[in-house]
Amino acid sequence: MTDKFISIAGIARRYPGAGGDTTTVFENLWLSMARGEFGCVIGHSGCGKTTVLNILAGLDEPSEGTVIVDGQAIEGTSLDRAVIFQSHALVPWRTVLGNVAYAVSSKWRKWDRAKVKAHAQKFIDLVGLAGSEHKRPSELSGGMKQRVGIARALSITPKIMLMDEPFSALDALTRGTLQDEVRRICLETGQTAFMITHDVDEAIYLADKIFLMTNGPGAVLAEIVENPLPKDRGRIDLHRHPYYYALRNHIIDFLVTRSKSFTADVTNHDRRNVPTVRPGLIEPTIISPPRAIETSPVQTIAR
Amino acid sequence: MNSLRLRAAIVSVVLFAAFIGVWHLATRSTGPATNMSPEYAKLMGLTVTQGKSAMPGPLDVAAKLWEHLKRPFYDNGPNDKGLGIQLGYSIGRVGLGYLIAVLVAIPLGFLIGMSPLISRALDPFIQVLKPISPLAWMPLALYTIKDSSISAIFVIFICSVWPMLLNTAFGVASVRKEWINVARTLEVGTIRRAFTVILPAAAPTILTGMRISIGIAWLVIVAAEMLVGGTGIGYFVWNEWNNLSITNVIIAILMIGIVGMLLDQILARFTRMVTFPE
Repeated sequence: MTDKFISIAGIARRYPGAGGDTTTVFENLWLSMARGEFGCVIGHSGCGKTTVLNILAGLDEPSEGTVIVDGQAIEGTSLDRAVIFQSHALVPWRTVLGNVAYAVSSKWRKWDRAKVKAHAQKFIDLVGLAGSEHKRPSELSGGMKQRVGIARALSITPKIMLMDEPFSALDALTRGTLQDEVRRICLETGQTAFMITHDVDEAIYLADKIFLMTNGPGAVLAEIVENPLPKDRGRIDLHRHPYYYALRNHIIDFLVTRSKSFTADVTNHDRRNVPTVRPGLIEPTIISPPRAIETSPVQTIAR
Repeated sequence: MNSLRLRAAIVSVVLFAAFIGVWHLATRSTGPATNMSPEYAKLMGLTVTQGKSAMPGPLDVAAKLWEHLKRPFYDNGPNDKGLGIQLGYSIGRVGLGYLIAVLVAIPLGFLIGMSPLISRALDPFIQVLKPISPLAWMPLALYTIKDSSISAIFVIFICSVWPMLLNTAFGVASVRKEWINVARTLEVGTIRRAFTVILPAAAPTILTGMRISIGIAWLVIVAAEMLVGGTGIGYFVWNEWNNLSITNVIIAILMIGIVGMLLDQILARFTRMVTFPE
């Protein structure tokens, strides 16, 4: 990987705990992504995923280390890095158009009203909300609110889109459509995106790279899983791809067992050069091969 | 829903009629009470001759009220002014004191809400000053300001400043973190953030504080005007008490209630205008 568009270099986050000692959420975390890549972080609650995202956004500061985006160390928040919040975070006193226009006029302060409005409208249309631009957030469904959140983030044409479990509060059907939209938009615009999720299927569908984090406190980035599925994958026939189950099982195995024991089991883990895996056809299974079943005495009696 | 409203209105009217009825029966004339010479009876008045209560009945009050409403703005010298003029003076004082309180409390409340340092530094002062009865300030105000009318305005200011200050500080300090974060990720400057995010988000809480304040200010103005004298509805009540005109006292009480309700309703309407469901 030559092009390191986002480079997280040895960051740590510590919180002062009770009684003077500090709690280390994670330390010495290294992670990089290329331009146009879609990265997903998966890990259990409390492993510091959100903290990593907040540091990337500039909303939080690392206790140690730096984050370099597009060749520059980040300092605070920036219009180059847009955030889509889990709870959409729309302001209730503005309409859909007002919420998006607020972001647009923050980025381009000298634009006149008409230009801001036209630009905002373009992105409202992009997320499929044309016709609802004069509604207030309270009149929208959860999915529509999150669409506005996406439109607001996209409208400032950021270098990176940061998403903190953007679809976790939505029902399965809405989540599916929004995943399609986000994937389409990211592919069309070549958007670099970084997303936190709990949903393995969401990660498989959307991500080029899946970052697996162990349990916190003291969480480490254990593995980078490269998505072996083709770029033109569709949500409907995703599970029919020969690599799908290998990939899915690999992630589930990690979440169920390895995330707990990883730090104890792997002693020579190089945090700077985290191993990249690309799950393929052959994947160890716990189910014994068919011949063993035939010779089993229980099976014989049953016949 | 509509029928509930109608039924409630009917109950209200019945209660009002019952109250007026009881009032009327309790204060009506009971016929000649004693035999006395007509000359003497003329001097004694209805209370003695007809057994009429000294308390005016609803019809007396209604007649007097009608008289007041017909000419609310007459001015026959310092002790005889129309009800409209007296209420106008009171509303003017409340308005001025309240306006100054708004101009002080809202910016200061913003500062307290946004800065934990200022909040902690000012807290002991606020805690001590807040429970002081506004009228306790009156002698000090009269001595320093040397003008009774301005002293009344100062008393209104000091009593209406606290609820606004505390509510503004609370509203500003408890703006949803996400909205602040949205503004931060959009690189919105502090001033613009204060006006475009914090102010609209805290507006319902601020307006609630302002609504509490206007209620307190209206309560206090009557007492303050009784002390400072000269003009105003509070002075009117005291003056009519000295004239032993209970009818006018009752009318003034009614008027104080109605104006207080109107002031509250105006603020309630403003509160609704800035409150948005999420």
